[in-house]
Amino acid sequence: MKFGVLQFPGSCDERDAVLACERVGEAELVWHGETELSGIDAVVVPGGFSYGDYLRAGAIARFAPVMNAVRDFAEAGGPVLGICNGFQVLCEAGLLPGALLPNEGLRFLCRQVELEVVNTATVATARCEPGERLSIPVKHMSGRWFAPADMLARLEASGQVVFRYGPGQNPNGSVADVAGVCNAHGNVVGLMPHPEHAVDPLTGSADGLRLFESLVAGRLAAAA
Amino acid sequence: MLIRPKEGILDPQGKAVERALPALGFEGISHVRVGRMVELEAPEGADLARLCEQLLANPLIEDYEVVEDGE
Repeated sequence: MKFGVLQFPGSCDERDAVLACERVGEAELVWHGETELSGIDAVVVPGGFSYGDYLRAGAIARFAPVMNAVRDFAEAGGPVLGICNGFQVLCEAGLLPGALLPNEGLRFLCRQVELEVVNTATVATARCEPGERLSIPVKHMSGRWFAPADMLARLEASGQVVFRYGPGQNPNGSVADVAGVCNAHGNVVGLMPHPEHAVDPLTGSADGLRLFESLVAGRLAAAA
Repeated sequence: MLIRPKEGILDPQGKAVERALPALGFEGISHVRVGRMVELEAPEGADLARLCEQLLANPLIEDYEVVEDGE
C-alpha cells in the first residue's frame, strides 16, 4: 500500500501527512509538476497554503499539472483524501461539492474539535463506526464550508456529508456543521480538520489514524 | 472584473467594515459587501466570462461582472 502525498509550493502539512501514512503503509511526496501517479494506491492532498492561496484558497493549485493525474485517478475509483487546503483544492477542482469561505469570525483558528462520523461508506471512514466521535484538531482561516440549500439537501440525502462538527463545536460557521464531504462514489473525501496531526497519543489523540487505516482497508478490499 | 459574494452568503468582512462606520460618524449605511476587483488588459475577443467562471470567481459563492473601459 503506497500513499502519494502531493506537494505544492506553499504546502506545509505534507511531511506530517507522510508520517501519518507511514504508520499504516508506505508513502512518498509527489511534486505538483508531476503528470503521472505511477505506483500510487491512494492520494493525500495535504494542508497548507498552496500557491499562497492567492485569489481563493485552492483556486490556483487546481490547475497544477498533477491535478489532471489526480482527476484521472479519482475518476478510475482511486481513493483520494483532501485535508484542509487539500479539501479546498478538491472543491475548487470540482472533485468535491461545495466551497470553502473565510471563517465567520475572520480569525485563524487552531483548536481541538470533536468530529462526528456521519457516513462510514467512504474510503476514508470504512474503519469508523456510524456516529463515532473523533478528536482531531482544526487550523485554518477559510474553513466555512458552504453549499446552496438545494445542493445541501441533495448531499445529505445521498450520504455525501461525511463528517460534522460535534454539537456546539462548529468553529467557522459551516452550513449544517459540515466538516467534511465526499463525492458521489465515496472514493474522494475531504475535510477541514487535520487527521494527520492526531496519530500519536503523545499529541493528545490518535483518532486521526482511523482515516488512514480506512484507506488501507479499502485498498485491501479492492485487491481481494 | 468585479467579483462579489453572492447575495445571501454571509460576508464577515463587509460586516466588520459596517460596524466600524459609526465611529466615523456615518449612520444608516447598511449592506456593506466586500468583493474583489481584478484589472487586466485583454486582446479583442478574449473569452473573459470563461476566465471569470473558471478562475477569477467561484460561481457557487461569487457573482462577477466584466466592465470594459475600451482604452
